[in-house]
Amino acid sequence: MNDTTTSRGARWLRALAGADAQGACVRYADAPLGDETARFITVAPDPANRFPRARDNVVGLEQGWHLAKAVRDAMAEDAASGKRRPIIAIVDVKSQAYGYREEMLGIHLACASAVDAYASARLAGHPVVALIVGPAMSGAFLAHGYQANRIVALDAPGTMVHAMGKEAAARVTRRSVEDLDELGERIVPMSYSMASFAKLGLLDELIEGVDADAPSDAQIARVRDVLAQQVREARADKSGLAHRLQGESAQRTRAASIAVRKRLAQQWDAS
Amino acid sequence: MSTANQIAPGALLRESFIELSARERAAAVLDAGTFRELLGPFDRIESPWLPLQGIVCQADDGAVIARGTIDGQPAVVAAIESAFQGGSIGEVSGSKIAAALELALADCERGKIVRPVILFETGGVRLQEANLGLAVIAEIQSAIVALRAHVPVVGVIAGMVGCFGGMSLAAALCSTLVMTKQGRLGMNGPEVIEQEAGIEELDSSDRRQVWQLIGGEQRTQTGFADALVEDAVDDVRAAVRAAFAQGFPSTHRSANVDATLARLAQIDPESVTPETMRAVFAASPLKLRGENA
Repeated sequence: MNDTTTSRGARWLRALAGADAQGACVRYADAPLGDETARFITVAPDPANRFPRARDNVVGLEQGWHLAKAVRDAMAEDAASGKRRPIIAIVDVKSQAYGYREEMLGIHLACASAVDAYASARLAGHPVVALIVGPAMSGAFLAHGYQANRIVALDAPGTMVHAMGKEAAARVTRRSVEDLDELGERIVPMSYSMASFAKLGLLDELIEGVDADAPSDAQIARVRDVLAQQVREARADKSGLAHRLQGESAQRTRAASIAVRKRLAQQWDAS
Repeated sequence: MSTANQIAPGALLRESFIELSARERAAAVLDAGTFRELLGPFDRIESPWLPLQGIVCQADDGAVIARGTIDGQPAVVAAIESAFQGGSIGEVSGSKIAAALELALADCERGKIVRPVILFETGGVRLQEANLGLAVIAEIQSAIVALRAHVPVVGVIAGMVGCFGGMSLAAALCSTLVMTKQGRLGMNGPEVIEQEAGIEELDSSDRRQVWQLIGGEQRTQTGFADALVEDAVDDVRAAVRAAFAQGFPSTHRSANVDATLARLAQIDPESVTPETMRAVFAASPLKLRGENA
């Protein structure tokens, strides 16, 4: 686990699923989790990628479609049998790929294919759990992780969820990075911290005391236990993404989301 | 595409769809006289986050939800208002769209089919509501995928804002996408690409290059959208009706994984252009009324 040439996502894939992962920009492997076999998937740097704007751990054209393939292949293999294997998205994605060729060739559809696959897997009964070990940014997180039944994260430097990178957000909103941090303290959805993300009811567990870059065997075992527990809960819960609005945190910070659904339901059928 | 000398007589008198507000657009898509707005301005569910940042709210938060019928069948339209915060998706506007789709899904699951239409006009996440904007977009996407199993979900990108960010993924999940020549569909706006990747990657001030890249004509020619219509109320209405009459595509675009990976493999990233990619990414086989010949 001291390999510094690779990414956190790739290291956690190896820690949780062994060294025999398939794929290049999207790497995946099947490995034991609890008393069953799960599919672990991550997006990894791919210095030889044909698309120069997508060689880092970002979601580009090939990443999007290969995420969809890694998920759908597992679904297809399980379709005939009664079992629905858990799918674990190991999230360490800096951004979507920004490029001319990416737009031309439909990066929006590539990312949508991954959304479609993860959502379809969840709807088909596969427990889907996202494990955030690094940045979970914007469109890349939508494509890889945000359709999960359950979201957990390491409480470690470098893990964050946001709609836009800090520097870019500062430019667009004409604020300094310091101002953005201050704003995040006051306005929960603006914050980059995992603790704030949890306040929105979107995080199921913040895993403390784990070295995200060089975890010990005991720490890896603890993360594995958390994942197995979340898989069990996800399997028993048929509420889908509505789960995110059911917790205490959501009652407080997402009161508007809940009110919209309630009032819209009341008005749905003409009286 | 039309050139000036091909415009049909009387075309200039036709009512523009683009110039309509979100509310007018929703009414225009529904059968005449059936528009009934849900959670309208008088319900006053506004963004809880904008006032904290000194920004004036709008009573509908920039999303209009309307029930009615389309060709006599129950329908729901979600229309995004570009005049408020650029059509950006905040907690309330996004939850309105997600909730409308979830309610349509619940009806469909009970055997009552509701035809869903989304009128996109958005730059994506509202940055002032950052993580909640992103969260509700994930919920919209989930609802589209679930609903699509029961009834085609029809999207329209008319212009002038276009459809970007996380909502471009939502558009890509739709069963059928209708665009005008003035509509643009992309994940990252041209300015964002220039900012992130440099002007040598894309000059966002080069309007011709941008339209060739992500404009409605290119998107329909290459199968990322299904129907190209004139900016006319009648044509948008006709295309939406044709989409429901046509029903489901054989495979949803976003589920066509192996075929699209095979197409990508044929592309040479070094040399590909919006013109040459048309040899690999062909127009959708759907032929809808209202389409530009």
